[in-house]
Amino acid sequence: MVKSGTIILNTAARLLMPLQLLFSVFLLLRGHDEPGGGFIAGLVAAGAFILYLFAFGVTATKEVLRMVDPRDLIGMGLLLGTLSILPAWFVGEPFFTAQWWEIPGIDFKASTPLIFDIGVYLAVLGTLLAVIMTLMEVDKDEP
Amino acid sequence: MEPLMALAIGLLYATAIYMMLRRSIVKLVIGLMLLSNAANLLIFTSAGMTRGAPPLIPEGALAPAGQVADPLPQALVLTAIVIAFGVLAFAVVLIRRAYEIVKADDLDKMKDTDT
Amino acid sequence: MRPEVALPVIIPLLCGAVSLLFWRSRPMQRFIAVAGTLALLVVGLWLITSVSREGYVVIHMGSWQAPYGISLVADMLSAIMILLTGIIGLGLAIYSLASTSTQHEKFGFYPLMHLLLAGVAGAFLTGDIFNLYVWFEVMLVASFALLILGGEKAQMEGAIKYVTLNLLASVIFLTAIGLVYGMVGTLNMADIGQRLAEAENQGMVEVLAIMFMIAFGIKAAAFPLFFWLPASYHTPAVAVSALFAGLLTKVGVYSLFRVFTLMFDQTMPYVQDILLWGAAFTMVTGVLGAAAQYEFRRILSFHIVSQIGYMILGLALFTPLALAGGIFAVMHNIIVKTNLFLISGITNRLQGTYQLKKMGGLFKERPWLSVAFFLSAFSLAGIPPLSGFFAKFVIVRAGIEAEAYVVTAVALAVGLMTLYSMVKIWNEVFWKSLPEDNLVPESSTPSGDEGRLVKSSLGLMYLPVAILALFAVLIGVFAQPLMEMMLMAGEQLMDPQGYMDAVLGEERTVLLRDALEVSP
Repeated sequence: MVKSGTIILNTAARLLMPLQLLFSVFLLLRGHDEPGGGFIAGLVAAGAFILYLFAFGVTATKEVLRMVDPRDLIGMGLLLGTLSILPAWFVGEPFFTAQWWEIPGIDFKASTPLIFDIGVYLAVLGTLLAVIMTLMEVDKDEP
Repeated sequence: MEPLMALAIGLLYATAIYMMLRRSIVKLVIGLMLLSNAANLLIFTSAGMTRGAPPLIPEGALAPAGQVADPLPQALVLTAIVIAFGVLAFAVVLIRRAYEIVKADDLDKMKDTDT
Repeated sequence: MRPEVALPVIIPLLCGAVSLLFWRSRPMQRFIAVAGTLALLVVGLWLITSVSREGYVVIHMGSWQAPYGISLVADMLSAIMILLTGIIGLGLAIYSLASTSTQHEKFGFYPLMHLLLAGVAGAFLTGDIFNLYVWFEVMLVASFALLILGGEKAQMEGAIKYVTLNLLASVIFLTAIGLVYGMVGTLNMADIGQRLAEAENQGMVEVLAIMFMIAFGIKAAAFPLFFWLPASYHTPAVAVSALFAGLLTKVGVYSLFRVFTLMFDQTMPYVQDILLWGAAFTMVTGVLGAAAQYEFRRILSFHIVSQIGYMILGLALFTPLALAGGIFAVMHNIIVKTNLFLISGITNRLQGTYQLKKMGGLFKERPWLSVAFFLSAFSLAGIPPLSGFFAKFVIVRAGIEAEAYVVTAVALAVGLMTLYSMVKIWNEVFWKSLPEDNLVPESSTPSGDEGRLVKSSLGLMYLPVAILALFAVLIGVFAQPLMEMMLMAGEQLMDPQGYMDAVLGEERTVLLRDALEVSP
């Protein structure tokens, strides 16, 4: 059905997908101080997979995703998002209060907002993939 | 600018309600989309349309310099857009399935559960 | 740091996430469902003890002080609702172990149930009006997906009406929030309450009050905005029906209680009449709609509408006693109505239909089930000494004290009509002997999925039914101590200053009041 077969789209999708995924990670990581963040990064990543989906169809995309089901992504995202609420509890501050940890050696500041953002990223990616795949699979069933 | 926005919002609401009153389910969903967009624009406008810098505090300062835009309505609109997006994605899947089962794009054909 | 205020939201979210991760493993999901709702119940008990000791428990999320951050606030009303959510959640989780088909479980019944509970709990606890909207949407999205689990024709048709009208309500709610923010520049409900009282443009405040009333009226299924409810609630799997019947409309009622005591108490006289007559018509139309039905779950759906009338009547009379009665009605209704839906699921399992005409003879076959139904149904109708009697008694007494005689008379008459419907079900399902054509499967039965179920043990389904029926009796027996809790909740609602002080901090409210007095 939707498998277009256009050589331009197919080639472009193959080349663009890794770039888009890379860009989404960039957006995710710069999100705390500058424009970006989990949501928009998740959208960009979903865009990458959806482009691939349009070019090669559902089955091929599922192969790219290997064992990872969109449901796993949503669950993982929700779990990370919820877990990032909790560290504040253990230091006696109200939930959601941002906690920052210096990781020695590599000069990288880990924090609960980052975990939350990664959670949002995964949840958005998973939700979008689930919705699009559902719609495409409904399409496939029809003659 | 505000009167113009008010007109646009009113027009959006009117179009949305007109669409929702049609019998077709597809138009119903289009109406819902327009309705949520109208509400978003309304939040944006009613919170005050001021020109201002991004509300970021420069390094070392305690307050932003000069007039800044109110960030809250933008956050609200963004949240509302995300929610509307999720709900509409669901609604699209729903009408798709409903169309397959009922085989009609017509609300008048969907009276089985009414009493 | 008060974790018990935030945990009722966090626990279901966490359980939902974990349960989604384990979507391949059914036993794990079922275990998490029971463990998670049990934890919710325990936290509910913890919360209610803290609240009855201290009055208000507040937590400012992310250490952002009110009114800038999002605060979670528990007063007595919220605590009672959370406890009820825990009870219903646990009951439903146990019941659905037996009643939910494998197919539904595969489609994510349990994660969605957790998500729904998180939305409900969040709505009960939040002190921020936009956050309330967000929780409403969380709840709605979960309920949409639950409603169409199984994907039968009737479900799709019901879902389209449900989705449309609830989205419309959400947009009206969102619009009202936008206008409120434009007027007062804050989203914290306590802060809004203070500022709206001082607002210059009182006409606009009234418009806003009506917008909130319509939005929550649709969600609560009040007259004349209830049509989506009887069109959709009888279509999904019975555990979903019961969950919706117990909790969803009550969130609308809770929001009406919250908004019209905290934010718009100044405009009450104007709004009160509308609420009062809305309540009366809700009661009457609901009960009349039920009288015309011969399908088990449809009768119950219409009775949800009718019972919503009692709760809103409690709000409309606006005295501490009436509010207490309204909350009592909410509590009684959540337990009893859920139980009636659960019983309808069992009878459907036993006889394969929801059509009263095709059922019968259950009194002989299942005397204990009949007793459970009898207790719940007569409690719903308000027969002493069961829970419904005290709910009605308090509201009627408050009505007479407030000299609202007509509406009070309506409330009494509706009780009688409720009895009629319940006796109808009793006669048809339990008393008369089984009609001979029962063995013919009814093709128009909305939820045929139960038929495909393995005949697993009914014991798991009986357990929550028995416990909830016991609650209906116990609430009646221990009405006095419960009533004291309700009265505390009612008095807290009548005096929003306490809530505002608790959320905003006393110094700040005094400062603000002074500032407003200085600059007229």
